[in-house]
Amino acid sequence: MSAPDRERRAVNQVAVAFGVSALASLGLAAVYWQGGQNQVEGVLLAIALGGLGYGFVVVARRLLPQGPYTEERDVLPSSEGQVAAFETDLERGEGWLARRGFLLKMLGVAAGALGVAALFPLRSLGPNPGNSLRRTKWRRGSLVVDEQGEPVRVRTLEVGGVLTVFPEGHLEREDSQTLLIRISDENVVTRKGREDWAPEGYVAYSKVCTHAGCPVGLYQQDVKRLLCPCHQSSFDAVEGARPMFGPATRSLPQLPLMVDDNGLLRAQDDYDEPIGPGFWDRGR
Amino acid sequence: MIIQRVARWIDNRLGASRAARTTLNKVFPDHWSFMLGEVALYCFVILVLTGVYLTFFFTPGTKEVVYHGSYAPLDGVKMSQAYESVLRISFDVRAGLVMRQIHHWAALMFVAAVIAHLMRIFFTGAFRRPREINWMIGVTLLILAIANGFTGYSLPDDQLSGTGLRIAYSVVLSVPVAGVWTAFLIFGGEFPGNEVLTRFFVIHILIIPVAIAVLLGAHLAILVRQKHTQFPGRGRANTNVVGARLWPTFMAKTLGLFFLTFAVLAALGGLAQINPVWIWGPFEPAAVSAGSQPDWYVGWLEGSLRLFPAWETRLFGFEIPNPFYSGVVIPGITFMLLYAWAFLEARVTKDYEEHHLLDRPRDRPVRTSIGVAALTFYVILFAAGGNDVLAARFDISVNLITWVFRIFLLVLPPLTALLTYRLCRELQARDHEKPRPTAVLERTQSGGYVEVEEPAGAPRA
Repeated sequence: MSAPDRERRAVNQVAVAFGVSALASLGLAAVYWQGGQNQVEGVLLAIALGGLGYGFVVVARRLLPQGPYTEERDVLPSSEGQVAAFETDLERGEGWLARRGFLLKMLGVAAGALGVAALFPLRSLGPNPGNSLRRTKWRRGSLVVDEQGEPVRVRTLEVGGVLTVFPEGHLEREDSQTLLIRISDENVVTRKGREDWAPEGYVAYSKVCTHAGCPVGLYQQDVKRLLCPCHQSSFDAVEGARPMFGPATRSLPQLPLMVDDNGLLRAQDDYDEPIGPGFWDRGR
Repeated sequence: MIIQRVARWIDNRLGASRAARTTLNKVFPDHWSFMLGEVALYCFVILVLTGVYLTFFFTPGTKEVVYHGSYAPLDGVKMSQAYESVLRISFDVRAGLVMRQIHHWAALMFVAAVIAHLMRIFFTGAFRRPREINWMIGVTLLILAIANGFTGYSLPDDQLSGTGLRIAYSVVLSVPVAGVWTAFLIFGGEFPGNEVLTRFFVIHILIIPVAIAVLLGAHLAILVRQKHTQFPGRGRANTNVVGARLWPTFMAKTLGLFFLTFAVLAALGGLAQINPVWIWGPFEPAAVSAGSQPDWYVGWLEGSLRLFPAWETRLFGFEIPNPFYSGVVIPGITFMLLYAWAFLEARVTKDYEEHHLLDRPRDRPVRTSIGVAALTFYVILFAAGGNDVLAARFDISVNLITWVFRIFLLVLPPLTALLTYRLCRELQARDHEKPRPTAVLERTQSGGYVEVEEPAGAPRA
């Protein structure tokens, strides 16, 4: 093909591309007018933009001067003379500052004080953490309720059953979410000192993972293990939710339970340690 | 001509013609890899365009409402205003879903293009003097791109993003001394906190985008001042730039690239469903689903959290929890090394000269090997971020796959480095074997011959 032929062909290609783009845009407007449809909108928009893109690329590669053109680089650093002149001018102020060192110090004090004062409003961003990370909403005698707020009875779960529970009146409360598992039909001792914590085989662990705080939502009944779906830490439900695998380093705190005279499950008390992921002074 | 009259009008007031002419004649070297940074720039433009549209309809509120929109399966479900407004954008605002999906795809491609661009700069040595400042601005832009992706991903207040926020909160909480206060100030209290969505909204649509725009401006201004790098070749030297002029050839080319980038994202936004939050459901603190996966650019951090062994430090009743190492130290070291690289390399190679000609990766085997080792490291972390998905797909235990990744993480980077080094050497040796012309003669217009020297780029031994 001769050069003029090639050029004519390129011109035609660009004209067709721009034309197709225009048609697609009309279609896009029509589709929107008719109520819109996600897939069709996406495809028509892609054609409208793609037509323009294709056209421009053909213009750039076939119709416009290709060069190559050469441009010389300037020397980046300024000449010695220019730098020296700059330094002289800079000293105009520096010299004054050096003579008035005391003023400079006072300026430092003022600016520093202003800077510190300006930091104070940051405090408005959040409340004092206080002991909020150390307490949950569980109290002595809190009624154990499920996610619908229904009280849990001794006969609610079969052996092997699991339920997410909250203290009555605090449904969906993030730090109080607790996993109730019935691992047996008689009292279970998960650890020394917890002899009466799991009446009728009901054990309750904080559902907030001690690694990064995800809800430990999976219970493998056959091996009696809890698994966190976020980072795959697993915990032994029989032995006080001791970490078995994965990045978690600490057991899930256990909630001491009791059964009241009506056969309802209640908490003996709040957790005896902070629940959830670790923080600097957790052990203090 | 109207353009000329406008130009004259402006020049009479600003005297801009000289600078404008220099700009029109600016030379852009031609190489496919130079387009990666442009793609990143255009993704940002597309993000702003689609993002502004979404802002008109999104409500960053945590107040609980009951849904009665056109998506029947969630009718009557309690949710936050934020989640409800995302449902409205997806189902009731005309062109809302396609905008939302283009926005999300553009965010994924933005970070991908930034990283691809960074790799190009790294492996060709384009960060060397005088471009160290732009290298550091670029690393900052990468951090901002990831941060804006994460804050945007958190806004719909769906189950998946809530899980991501939960983990981010725990990572902040793990910082020694200041962690608890910092987490409370960011989230406005104990997780979930009522303020975090409003704050992330402001960060996502104002603070970070403005920071990106300003730094992008500086990035480009410095590029114009210093001019482009180029690969060595005939006629190309450390003292010149060879390529197409801005006006009109490069302008047409780069506009084409902008429209093609946008076209691909539009097609993805229309045809490839992304983040269908109506399937994840509204955020409930006690719920989480197996196979929760973040957006791809957070995958390496997720993998780091999953692979890090169950270590933590306890001293005098104080503790440094496990996520501090995997969630703060590892990314901290990553970005510190990136920032420092331009200076570290110069110090080791004692090469403080100005470089405008690029290296071929094979000619710098040590740098290339280090780069490949680092990439291997992060790819393994990324894969480990999906260890449960892989375990389910291939029906092997998560524990086994976690151990395999832990071992890979330590063993594979040195191996790939070694392999890359050998490969670079082989390729160099092959370059030397090729018969090279000892001289190139060019015929001048007057009919004489001149010898053209190859000014630079002879492979280093």
